[in-house]
Amino acid sequence: MSLAKSPWIIHVNVNSCNGCDIEVVACLTPLYDAERFGVLNIGTPKQADIMVVTGSVNYKNVNVLKNLYNQIPDPKVVLAVGACASTGGIFHDCYNVVGGVDQVIPVDAYVPGCCPRPEAILDGVVAALSILENKKKGNIKGKEVKLKGNEVPSNA
Amino acid sequence: MNTNDILLAVLVLIGAPIIGCIASGIDRKITARLQGRVGPPLLQPYYDVKKLLSKDNMVVNPSQNFYVVVYLVFIVLSLLMLVFKQDFLMIIFVYTVASIALIVGGMSTGSPYARIGSSREIMAILSYEPVLILYALAIYLLTGTFKLSAVVDASSPLLVYTPLIFIAMIVVLNIKLKKSPFDYSTSHHGHQELVKGMTTEYGGPGFATIEIAHFYEYVFLTGLIFLFWASNPIIGVLLGIIAYLLIIVIDNITARVYWQWMLKLSWSVLLIISIVNIAFLYVSGVQLA
Repeated sequence: MSLAKSPWIIHVNVNSCNGCDIEVVACLTPLYDAERFGVLNIGTPKQADIMVVTGSVNYKNVNVLKNLYNQIPDPKVVLAVGACASTGGIFHDCYNVVGGVDQVIPVDAYVPGCCPRPEAILDGVVAALSILENKKKGNIKGKEVKLKGNEVPSNA
Repeated sequence: MNTNDILLAVLVLIGAPIIGCIASGIDRKITARLQGRVGPPLLQPYYDVKKLLSKDNMVVNPSQNFYVVVYLVFIVLSLLMLVFKQDFLMIIFVYTVASIALIVGGMSTGSPYARIGSSREIMAILSYEPVLILYALAIYLLTGTFKLSAVVDASSPLLVYTPLIFIAMIVVLNIKLKKSPFDYSTSHHGHQELVKGMTTEYGGPGFATIEIAHFYEYVFLTGLIFLFWASNPIIGVLLGIIAYLLIIVIDNITARVYWQWMLKLSWSVLLIISIVNIAFLYVSGVQLA
């Protein structure tokens, strides 16, 4: 239960239009007050439990995303917020876009929408919490992702 | 050392983190209420520490863990010395070793954020240390000894003769608790920040150790305020609580300042009012009855 009572999130913006970001920040404002559930927006991946990713992944930030994922201690979950983070959204066939976050790192929960309402994001965090507890019980470790992946073309 | 002393030591070791945890929870609750929010439960710091202890310990280098343990041990040691009314000058030195251990721990990681946080913490030490030494000097002038037992056993309170040093100590408390406007070495909880300063590279059990040490530190620092009215423990405790609440309010109504501003404040205003107080004690030659 201890994990569910203090989920600390790290917010990662990979190529987002800022729409989802301000909705994530809105969760922390007095109106929605995510801190009453113990949620803190922590700045460093070393202290985070939930990785909240917004935006579609492009070739320039693939390694940044993998690096941040590898630095979060187990147990950890990844929450993809918004249409772009889930599938690539309207940018899915752009020449520089890899696609959704799940193309690069394993994603545990999706919050669809463009952009999702703060209530939906908080719902996603609560859904991620039960996955986090299960991972803790089953002692499931996060997958170590290699920094130089195949998805980076040689000309990028 | 008799049975009573051992009992007291065990009581401090168990009781201090509980009091510190609740104090930290009250801080987060009051901060939330001042911002018009509901805020986390009172025991939220306890849940945080419990969660951090159950996580993986990811470190950049093994010596990082050693430095946090040194930090915790020396904080506990300085608190025990305070409770057992030992030499006040020695308490300040032991306490400084604890702060230095945290700084070296931050420096050892090599992360630029941790390094900036550590060098800013050095500036904080540079600004509050002279005031602490002058506080010790005032105790010496009033009682003829650095031993705290003389202050506690005296019938009249210290505050009557050292009002200016008390004001300086409130600011020192603010710097030491890393509250706004002096919270630049490690950004405080609940603020949205890019990095966490000195503690950036700590996670899991290592960071939990720092949090537990902070719980002890809360009790130790309010203990320093308690000394100002140690002749009547009830008023002394009230003084400590009022000072703590005052600092929470100051934390919420001020923004972060440059470290230069803090250094100027402490080396001009705080040092001058402390020295004026010391000069008064020296010239008048009053003694704590």
